[in-house]
Amino acid sequence: MDRSVRHFEEELGTLQTRLLEMGGLAEERVRASVHGLVARDLEITDRVLHGDEPINQLHVEIDERCFRLLALYQPMATDLRGIVAAVKINSDLERVGDLAVNIAEAARRYAMHPPVKQLIDIPRMGEIAQEMLHDALDSYVRRDTALARSVLRCDDELDGLKTQVFRELLTYMLQDASTIEPSLDLILVSRHLERIGDHATNIAEDVIFMVSAQDVRHHAPQVE
Amino acid sequence: MAGPAPSVTLRERTSDPSPAAGNPKIDVQSLSFYYGAKRALEDITLRIQANLVTAFIGPSGCGKSTFLRTLNRMNDVLPGTRVDGKVLIDGQDVYAPDVDVVQLRRRVGMVFQKSNPFPKSIFENVAYGLKINRMSSGRAEMAGRVEESLKQAALWNEVKDRLHESALALSGGQQQRLCIARALAVQPDVLLMDEPASALDPIATQRIEELVYSLKTTYTIVIVTHNMQQAARVSDHTAFFWLGKLIEYDRTDRMFTAPREKLTEDYVTGRFG
Repeated sequence: MDRSVRHFEEELGTLQTRLLEMGGLAEERVRASVHGLVARDLEITDRVLHGDEPINQLHVEIDERCFRLLALYQPMATDLRGIVAAVKINSDLERVGDLAVNIAEAARRYAMHPPVKQLIDIPRMGEIAQEMLHDALDSYVRRDTALARSVLRCDDELDGLKTQVFRELLTYMLQDASTIEPSLDLILVSRHLERIGDHATNIAEDVIFMVSAQDVRHHAPQVE
Repeated sequence: MAGPAPSVTLRERTSDPSPAAGNPKIDVQSLSFYYGAKRALEDITLRIQANLVTAFIGPSGCGKSTFLRTLNRMNDVLPGTRVDGKVLIDGQDVYAPDVDVVQLRRRVGMVFQKSNPFPKSIFENVAYGLKINRMSSGRAEMAGRVEESLKQAALWNEVKDRLHESALALSGGQQQRLCIARALAVQPDVLLMDEPASALDPIATQRIEELVYSLKTTYTIVIVTHNMQQAARVSDHTAFFWLGKLIEYDRTDRMFTAPREKLTEDYVTGRFG
């Protein structure tokens, strides 16, 4: 029994390490995609567009690890919650990687047009989304529900900025039809960043469930 | 029991009662049990609900089987043992001086780890309890009861053409189901099962588990098991024992996904000791 528990714990440790590698890659890709957009740097943008493979590989590997642990060890209680959380966090991170690609695609198109305006809110959204992602993963490693709850609170700020970006760009589009295409790309980017925040929120909710067995999804008032 | 009944949290299904809710079928109050000077059970208080399956889990020597056996006074036969506290079944104290122990054991049947059919025919095994309890008035009624019990134990189809062959010719899993049929024949209210599947292969185990599931609509079932996955699969409520104490008792889904006590957590995750 002891031996297999130690082995199981090693496996759990490896699972966590892999998930963090994946989180690191996802964070980096979000950072690069926003940077490529702001700096109008096609080299960076192309790196994001064509660099999806490591995340995809980790996505499959982590799922396989989780299935194997569930099948071989039939984990209970905190171990069970931890593995179920890992499965869910894994798909959230994979989606974050995809959204970074979507941002890079928009950045590529945006770079074909003269800039609509100086970008302030979108980089800010990028920072918040990365911070949320980072804190969510940090709360996972440290099993810190207070930090996870702070991630949930950030989501409102991101939503507010998305609305602000939309309103502002609407005025540009109304004034000058030639800005419609690039403005729509910026609106898309803000939407993707907001979605990244949603995935970070999901991760934080999974951490709270993993640590305290409390399901806080769809219950915003509980978070306060 | 450690702490009060669990509070209903955010997403808990409120329709799913905790073990503490409602009128219990079995109400154990401050029960202690002694083998000579050694206290094997310490001040156990626990309520078992009717028509549900309650599982007792815990490491070897934790007292779970001893506790099971206090419920129909099977420990009475052991010399030098003593019981403190109360076990009420339907409100009646089973340790009251006027209790007829034979009648008690008819109402609270028991199935053991190792199947123990009598060296008689299949029919005779099931009919035995009916005969000694004078529970049937004629051959036809007796045959009907035997058939019904074998059907309830999901054994009828396998043995109906050889009822008068020796029970010892049956496979291990069939013998265990025969013992369940024998227990059911005398129409108990409660069925106590002490590791009923631990000597069986996975397929025979699965049949016993299916049987437990189907029987709970009619009986109150209490099962001791070493196999945590089995407890998780078959039971509605689970009690965890450790060193003669009841550490935690709750709905099975909570016990295996989010136990409240550290000891339970350590036991169900295999980090014990």
